[in-house]
Amino acid sequence: MSGAFASAVNAVSPGIYLGWGGFVIQLGNLIVIIAMLVLFALALFLPFPHGRRRR
Amino acid sequence: MSVEGRTTETPADEPSARTWTGKSRQWLLRRLPPEKLLPDDQPSYVASWIYVFGIGAIASFVFVILSGIVLSLNGPLWYHVSVLGHFVNSTHLWSVELFFITMVIHLWGKYWMAAWRGGRALTWITGVVSFAVSIVAAFTGYLLQTNFDSQWIAFQAKDALNAVGIGAWFNVADLGQIFMWHITLMPLAVAAVVVLHVILVRMHGVVPPLDAAESDAQLRSTTPSLIDTEGDAR
Repeated sequence: MSGAFASAVNAVSPGIYLGWGGFVIQLGNLIVIIAMLVLFALALFLPFPHGRRRR
Repeated sequence: MSVEGRTTETPADEPSARTWTGKSRQWLLRRLPPEKLLPDDQPSYVASWIYVFGIGAIASFVFVILSGIVLSLNGPLWYHVSVLGHFVNSTHLWSVELFFITMVIHLWGKYWMAAWRGGRALTWITGVVSFAVSIVAAFTGYLLQTNFDSQWIAFQAKDALNAVGIGAWFNVADLGQIFMWHITLMPLAVAAVVVLHVILVRMHGVVPPLDAAESDAQLRSTTPSLIDTEGDAR
């Protein structure tokens, strides 16, 4: 039980923060935002597979 | 019958109803006939990855609800101390992450498509409302982690909520109240708005890309200049 409590406490780490001037962002949030931008760009340019003929 | 999505007549083989139930049925069938509710096909421009993120958000939402049901049945002690509990808790978190990722990319795509065109303003508005309601749902979820992170979030948020005058009614330091908001009111609210949004998409059809505007019946009916400038609309 104490081990589980300790692991729960350790799970709440402050994380890694990146800063440029007055702008600060957590690394995890930055990764998610970059992944979204990449997905958006890929969705615009990647061809969509055609399983069957469409109108 | 008139323009697609704007039919106003009762089917020829059915007399006009006199009861409110009959009138409701006829109104619903006029606005959302079965072939629109569950269509056989979609226009060719829907075969694009940018049209995938809406259903991606709905699929993520299904996982959010399913993992949330398991968490609520077993309780915080289970999902804090057991291996399976940790896994289901993480599944809940990551399906929320995917829900927001896919919803925001869906929003970007629809924004640059001007998806409110052709009488689709209410579809756009329900999308915005579902985003706002989802943020409140996610916020109440972060308050329920029952760890130092949720304690920090709650005691930062209480000042903001007190400042706008709703802190006594929506008390982020009251774990029981926030639990009820998160597992009953907010899922129902998100689900209701998402269902309404999907029904509106079915009623009005998916919005075409900007350069395929003339292919859409609703855009032709609301933008006469399309026919004037494009000649015979395709």
